Amino acid sequence: MSSINLTLKIWRQHNSDALGNLETYDLDDVHTDMSFLEMLDILNEKLTKEGKEPVAFDHDCREGICGMCGAVIDGIAHGPEKEVTLCQLHMRNFSNGDTIVIEPFRSRAFPVKKDLLVDRSALDRIIQSGGYVSINTGGTPDGNSLPIPSSNAELAMDAAACIGCGACVASCPNGAAMLFTSAKISQLALLPQGHAEKKQRALSMVAQMDEEGFGNCTNAKECEAVCPKGISIRNIARLNREYLFAALTEG
Amino acid sequence: MELNSRVPSGPLADKWNNHKFSNKLVNPANRRKYKVIVVGTGLAGASASATLAEQGYEVQTFCIQDSPRRAHSIAAQGGINAAKNYQNDGDSVHRLFYDTIKGGDFRAREANVYRLAEVSNEIIDQCVAQGVPFAREYGGTLANRSFGGAQVSRTFYARGQTGQQLLLGAYSALSRQIHAGNVKMFNRREMMDIVLVDGKARGITVRDVMTGEIESYYADVVILATGGYGNAYFLSTNAMASNVTAAWRAHKKGAGFANPSFVQIHPTCIPVHGDYQSKLTLMSESLRNDGRVWVPKKGDDKRRPSEIPEEDRDYYLENKYPSFGNLVPRDVASRNAKEQCDEGKGVGNTGLAVYLDFADAIKRDGEDTILKKYGNLFQMYEKITDSNPVEEPMLIYPAVHYTMGGLWVDYDLMTTIPGLFAIGECNFSDHGANRLGASALMQGLADGYFIIATSVAHYLASNSLEEVLGSEAPFKDSIQEVEGRIDKLLQNSAGGPAGKLTVDEVHKELGRLLWDHCGMSREEKSLEKALEELPGIKKKFWDSVYIPGSGKDLNQSLERAGRVADFVEFAEIMIRDALAREESCGCHLRVESQTEEHEAKRDDENYTHVSVWEHISDVEAPKMHKEELKFEFVTPSQRSYK
Repeated sequence: MSSINLTLKIWRQHNSDALGNLETYDLDDVHTDMSFLEMLDILNEKLTKEGKEPVAFDHDCREGICGMCGAVIDGIAHGPEKEVTLCQLHMRNFSNGDTIVIEPFRSRAFPVKKDLLVDRSALDRIIQSGGYVSINTGGTPDGNSLPIPSSNAELAMDAAACIGCGACVASCPNGAAMLFTSAKISQLALLPQGHAEKKQRALSMVAQMDEEGFGNCTNAKECEAVCPKGISIRNIARLNREYLFAALTEG
Repeated sequence: MELNSRVPSGPLADKWNNHKFSNKLVNPANRRKYKVIVVGTGLAGASASATLAEQGYEVQTFCIQDSPRRAHSIAAQGGINAAKNYQNDGDSVHRLFYDTIKGGDFRAREANVYRLAEVSNEIIDQCVAQGVPFAREYGGTLANRSFGGAQVSRTFYARGQTGQQLLLGAYSALSRQIHAGNVKMFNRREMMDIVLVDGKARGITVRDVMTGEIESYYADVVILATGGYGNAYFLSTNAMASNVTAAWRAHKKGAGFANPSFVQIHPTCIPVHGDYQSKLTLMSESLRNDGRVWVPKKGDDKRRPSEIPEEDRDYYLENKYPSFGNLVPRDVASRNAKEQCDEGKGVGNTGLAVYLDFADAIKRDGEDTILKKYGNLFQMYEKITDSNPVEEPMLIYPAVHYTMGGLWVDYDLMTTIPGLFAIGECNFSDHGANRLGASALMQGLADGYFIIATSVAHYLASNSLEEVLGSEAPFKDSIQEVEGRIDKLLQNSAGGPAGKLTVDEVHKELGRLLWDHCGMSREEKSLEKALEELPGIKKKFWDSVYIPGSGKDLNQSLERAGRVADFVEFAEIMIRDALAREESCGCHLRVESQTEEHEAKRDDENYTHVSVWEHISDVEAPKMHKEELKFEFVTPSQRSYK
């Protein structure tokens, strides 16, 4: 285990209406086995001891699955390592003397609430508009009554792995939520359970996406590059196919 | 405190059916007149909210995170049990019931556990219908794997992300009801108090963590689905926001707290490696299907694992428990790991770890097969430790993971406060003194999808509740009390941080105290010492903790402080409970009560009961009550996994 000294430039913004700016902090003796969030914990302990206000940031499970954490590190959502969330990024990815710029996930549909913490409730509303199979509890058929080829189940699982962190939106030059939306549409389109509602689902979820102020996809592929769960833009192709088919046949 | 379990009479297999019939109902047209509050959106809370809303109740649901999808159920890895017997290997409802009650070392209620096994099959059907992408065989049928404490393959899974997929299923059902206007969702609210009117639960007081606003909400029924209290130990596998506050506030208003000392220490976690560490990461128990646990035979063996020949390795679980091998229940596996390390045979830099080795499985099945099963777990391990489990065995050590104890509930999942229900990990009901792997997801969804609606209907149909509007005195008093508490938490802030402590510093001290004295093994003297030291920690908290900022704004230090203040109070009943139970059972190993082979030795004559704690006042000691457990259908035996 070794330690490194860092200079941190962190976005500080008191609330949605306030003007924000980058503040500079020096942090010494950062163990390289620490996670990025543990490094921020140490900074916050230090700021607290100095009578300053700690940096607000969202986080919860700290094992890369809840999707709550996330920030843009040196211009890359969730930082330089591939397929990890910020809580899984370890300080061994940085070197002694590095300056690290830490900013919130920015997008028109994600207003900054405080420091690194943003409002991602637009993603919930996209799911609410149709990201489900409309069944009630009870009265469902036996789980094995509907054989599903293993390969389809695996593809559906690849899409279902989305953690809803919003890194895709923050990285997209258009602020699109296509990767997020397409992951749910793909999961349900790949499984027979989702078939009955597939057209309505594609139409409603895309409409909600537009209403929330997310942009459109122009194949910049930045979303796929930063997705901590490695979700492929093939899902976006699948979304486009589903949407087009629905729009042509449902009018 | 009256403890009437309301267990229905009749044969075990008929109890649940008879109970559903004898419980009263609310007709569909009348349901919309009733308001239900659900706190928490994990498996239990999300499934309960969706189900009650589908049935027509007006539901208000609260969660602490920015979205209901982030509750900590999402982190469950391995799987969910069900008695489908799809593998034709001799499983049945009765076997799942028996395994669960035996796994819990005969400290759970027979009727509750049987019901859990009974509804387990419906849960799988429900989740499949929602589009949960469970693993499948090539022929398209659902795949299963094995888990600890069972000799059948009954665990359904979605890679190593089963909790995530089941939670997203429940979240999607909840989202559908939010969209339909049947559930009003309140994100980023922390429950601070429960409001009682005429002795019945009629509402909650919450803090909007974004604005600091204290708000109260009223309803006819309140359901707590607020999870476990493992974070009392500071380091655990729980998410950072998991806390005891909601349950503790309910306890202080009259809800009995059952078996608070029953804490599951999970055997396969990534070991602690530094004092800056904020949490511990679990490596799913499913890894023990293929991984072999071992330590070097000689203590202080500094060779690399690959350089240690077979004859110098001790596969202690396989040797000691030939019939269950590496798949012994969690408490047994944890205790044995501790024993090996205590004998100086632990590995890694700290000597507080054992090996979990996949070399044989990779040789047998090929690397691809093993990576398909556990790829994401291997990857997670490598990210944290910088070591690849394909090349070197994993280092693992036990860590606090799940709490079997919780709010006492009757068969209807109602606490000792009328109208207040507790579901999921928040209650104590089904796991006795030890929970088997893949049973937490089962219980959360059983409670939420299939049990709570019957209980709520029965309660509403049997009680005539007077109308409340949320403006009555108990609501105002509750808001005032919560505001006063926040002011008290901030009392040290005026003088600045000089000479003060941070919240985490005190929390770490509490965590160490509990881990050292009320962790994997417990002893009278040591527990008494912890009880003596606890008031000092409490005093330190209230005298010296400095919290920056104010209560009128997003203040994450203040949120943590409120939770730690409750953990400090709660720790007292944890320690007292461990002290009062002078037997070993499941997770609770009293050093004084062991068999000759160092296994937990129960004392059925004196301790076949649930210990239920009643809060008296802030200055008086809590009072313990007992719910005697009756075993009519199984005979408690000394657990043997040999």
